[in-house]
Amino acid sequence: MNTILIIAEHDGRELNAATAKTLSCAGEIGGTIDIAVLGHGVAEVAAQAAALDGVSRVVTVDAEHLAKPLAANWATETVALAGDYSHVIGPSTTFGRDLMPRIAALLGANQVSDIMAVSGPRTFKRPVYAGNAIVEVTVAEESKVVATARAASWKAAGGGGSAAIESKPAVAGPAEHTRYIGLEIEGGERPDLQSAARVVAGGRALASEDQFALIYDFADKIGAGVGGTRAAVDAGYCPNDMQVGQTGKIIAPDLYFAFGISGAIQHVTGIKDAGTIVAVNKDPEAPIFEVADIGLVGDLFTVIPELESLLG
Amino acid sequence: MKILVGIKRVVDYNVRVRVLPDGSGVDIDGVKMSVNPFDEIALEEALRIREAGNADEVIVVSAGGDEVQQQLRTGLAMGADRAIQVKTGEPLQPLSVARAFLKVVEREGVELVLLGKQAIDDDNSQTAQMMAALWDRPQATFASEVKLDGGKAIVTREVDVGLETIEVDLPAVVSVDLRLNEPRFVKLPDIMKAKRKPLETVSLEDLGVAVEGNLEIGSYEPPQPREKGIMVEDAAQLVGELKNRGLL
Ligand SMILES: Cc1cc2nc3c(=O)[nH]c(=O)nc-3n(C[C@H](O)[C@H](O)[C@H](O)COP(=O)(O)OP(=O)(O)OC[C@H]3O[C@@H](n4cnc5c(N)ncnc54)[C@H](O)[C@@H]3O)c2cc1C
Ligand SMILES: Nc1ncnc2c1ncn2[C@@H]1O[C@H](COP(=O)(O)O)[C@@H](O)[C@H]1O
Repeated sequence: MNTILIIAEHDGRELNAATAKTLSCAGEIGGTIDIAVLGHGVAEVAAQAAALDGVSRVVTVDAEHLAKPLAANWATETVALAGDYSHVIGPSTTFGRDLMPRIAALLGANQVSDIMAVSGPRTFKRPVYAGNAIVEVTVAEESKVVATARAASWKAAGGGGSAAIESKPAVAGPAEHTRYIGLEIEGGERPDLQSAARVVAGGRALASEDQFALIYDFADKIGAGVGGTRAAVDAGYCPNDMQVGQTGKIIAPDLYFAFGISGAIQHVTGIKDAGTIVAVNKDPEAPIFEVADIGLVGDLFTVIPELESLLG
Repeated sequence: MKILVGIKRVVDYNVRVRVLPDGSGVDIDGVKMSVNPFDEIALEEALRIREAGNADEVIVVSAGGDEVQQQLRTGLAMGADRAIQVKTGEPLQPLSVARAFLKVVEREGVELVLLGKQAIDDDNSQTAQMMAALWDRPQATFASEVKLDGGKAIVTREVDVGLETIEVDLPAVVSVDLRLNEPRFVKLPDIMKAKRKPLETVSLEDLGVAVEGNLEIGSYEPPQPREKGIMVEDAAQLVGELKNRGLL
């Protein structure tokens, strides 16, 4: 039988939504599912993990040097826990992408990155070439399965669970070679891009940081999160954590607005799982119209104000 | 100090890749191949560190068949001092690449390894983290700024919620993100000069690394196409359509 360990992502107070999505992926694999909550002062987060549906047990490792998710420290502790498990899975957020391969290497395994579908207990589908191809990979029997779950492919597992919480001591002290300095959080009051039901995104066409405010205003009007293309981020119109795409965030909102975005493959791969894609672009030949559910050829600088007045 | 930079040969980012009808892979016949864009950024950073007087030598390394020499030459033309091809018959999985590169690190006495945050073909994003793990050294992934300060590096990382800064002692492995720098263009005379720079070929056996992998790669399929959409004429129609569908 499969025994699955999920590595929880959290900020010390709250479990990140990606954890519950990873749990859905684990549920599809099947077997007993435990969640490891590493950190410092994690009682609250452990309780949140224990309340998720389908969890057998929550294992906490609480130590001062685990307060921040430095991969070197967290990998050592995870590997110490991994002995009892056939599968070790994390979310494919920057947290999981940083940590999980380090764990995989210590366990002598290659990682299955970005599981989008489960074909069997050891066989998975994952996107390659910016999502232009999907490949099936099977992990050899003698190896542990170490993987990340592509958040946009999985719905968050529900609540109502009451798993037992068990604490284990840390097996090692802090890695001497790595020190945490700080975190500059760029997001504001808007819905989180990765879990927002609606997202409004702007591209190079916005042409300045000031004019990008048009995107923020429209997003606020409809309660949406905000995204941008690499071109918009590179030019400084919006911060890096808003980049959507192959090398930014892969998102799956119910509704996505692309304003002044050409639709490069690297961008489109980040929105393929969106429910409805709306594109506004002044170029009728823009590739974004190939993936848009509703397209409008027009100038965003006139269309956005019109939309705002129509929505009252 | 020596810096090692990974240079992977990949299908150019502008190519719209197609899955072969028999599902055995993607069609790379006659397709433009390039240096993985992140690796150009890694190399640019290494060159700037050397140009600032903080490194003596920049070595580029690639694992693959003889065709990867083309991308190594590009790296030499950009300004790397020498190149190493780790010759393999079949594509290596990230753990084997990490093992092979680590042997090169040990042999050369490398103190800083700069890799891309991901190769844009397999989109794995594993090799840097694996090298750091096997080496028992720090990793600083998704770097958008690298400041060297004596025996340590202060690295700003692009993470989901913003920018995280960590400090790592060297030797260390850094994986680079898009906004670290803008790679320089290669000039024609540099291409000529690069032809005379040393390019060494070592086999996996020379390095004592086995070709192994716990992943069996199965068949490829194209992604599910999205249903064809509609075009609307103006903002009013757009709002009407969204309201009809219960989306606004
Ligand atoms: C390794 C690598 C990774 C990458 N990763 C990503 C990624 O994760 N995410 C990402 O987004 N990109 C990524 N890119 C970049 C990608 O290839 C494109 O360059 C980028 O997405 C283009 O952004 P854009 O659509 O804003 O700009 P452009 O391609 O310049 O498009 C601007 C569009 O705006 C339209 N326009 C102009 N003015 C108006 C107006 N007034 N009203 C309406 N429309 C207007 C134009 O017709 C045009 O279609 C990556 C590239 C590489 C090489
Ligand atoms: N075969 C290879 N040759 C050279 N560099 C590689 C190779 N495979 C991986 N790398 C390096 O590791 C980075 C991350 O690759 P990956 O883990 O495959 O996404 C790349 O950007 C390269 O810098």
